[in-house]
Amino acid sequence: MNPLIDRRKFLQLASLGGGAAFMSGLGFEVLAADRLSAGVAAEDFYFVQLSDTHWGFKGPDKNPDAAGTLQKAVAAVNALDKQPDFVVFTGDLTHTTDDAQERRRRMSEFKAIVSELKVKQIKFIPGEHDASLDKGEAYQAYFGDLHYSFNHKGIHFIALDNVSDPAAQLGLAQLDWLKADLQALAANTPIVVLTHRPLFDLYAKWDWTTRDGQQAIDLLMAFENVAVFYGHIHQEHHHVTGHIVHHAAKSLIFPLPAPGSVPKRAPIPWNPAKPYNGLGFRNIEAYPWKNYRLDEKAIISGETL
Amino acid sequence: MKAYWHKCLLCLLLLTPLAATANAEPTVIVIKASKFLFQPAKIELKKGQTVILEFTSSDRLHGFSLPDFALQADIEPGKTTRISFTPDKAGTFVFRCSVFCGDGHEDMAGEIVVKDS
Repeated sequence: MNPLIDRRKFLQLASLGGGAAFMSGLGFEVLAADRLSAGVAAEDFYFVQLSDTHWGFKGPDKNPDAAGTLQKAVAAVNALDKQPDFVVFTGDLTHTTDDAQERRRRMSEFKAIVSELKVKQIKFIPGEHDASLDKGEAYQAYFGDLHYSFNHKGIHFIALDNVSDPAAQLGLAQLDWLKADLQALAANTPIVVLTHRPLFDLYAKWDWTTRDGQQAIDLLMAFENVAVFYGHIHQEHHHVTGHIVHHAAKSLIFPLPAPGSVPKRAPIPWNPAKPYNGLGFRNIEAYPWKNYRLDEKAIISGETL
Repeated sequence: MKAYWHKCLLCLLLLTPLAATANAEPTVIVIKASKFLFQPAKIELKKGQTVILEFTSSDRLHGFSLPDFALQADIEPGKTTRISFTPDKAGTFVFRCSVFCGDGHEDMAGEIVVKDS
């Protein structure tokens, strides 16, 4: 067994009945399913998910290094031994402001900082802090389309926008677009959905839901292999609806409490004894034959573990 | 003459509750939404008693979400939004703004306390 595996915190995300053990090209021991997606030359790779950076946030009791944490994450990604194929930011790139000029200034600064990533393939997804107050106008000027899809090494990626409508819904037009996008795919095409808010009702009392998210889930249920990666809740969280897996990522500004664990949804204060505690990003090792592994990276005083 | 007025008063006292029962209109609870609070933020109701929740917004679009009773409404400025509500269980239930409205959105919440009637 590769000794690296023992040091890594990872999750087996999909059951792979009938698979055989082998060493992947990434150096991890994985279980392979007994077939590939139809007609697609599958190849293992990994990408990095960063989320909820909230550039522009100020709150020394929650993160006294709010103006430096994003840069530390960029440096940490750049320091990875093997660079990812691409990087995704799953929303709340910037912290909200009523001032339209300030919003654009924050987006400009954020974009300049992440341009320091060695990896130039960067995918952005909007969060409500970026896009709800102006229905995504500034966001689109800086980061492009609010929703889109692309293919990468046998996986169909779909970026969904559940925030530019401030009522936190995808809306009929986007659902129609999703339906059309999916129509071109075979049922065994691996699908990864990238979005900001949970598509399922994680905890409605804290507004951790998407009003019409179930309609998207219903459309995706026709596909055998679907994984959703999202942000919004500032913590690692894993959930399954039917056969669809949903994985929330940590934030890079402050952690939030576990759903329903405390009466009020308030940021967990900064702990000077454990700086950056609860913050981080993740590597997502993708094996297009129904297998993903998460490698959670914590930021500790500017270093990563 | 004095006895006459005493009888009238007695009749009024006896009939008033009957009239109130016969014309029982749901109590209207007026709730004002603004960045980033509901006023009032604490509402006491009786289990089984129907009320009308009447919302207005003084600044921008807000939302009202009461997940424990699957109640949801958008609160548009310049309009009055009314919801008929009959709580069927006692307890304390959180409601919050369900339309992102700015930096204090996450704190825009309140609670409904339903007491056994």
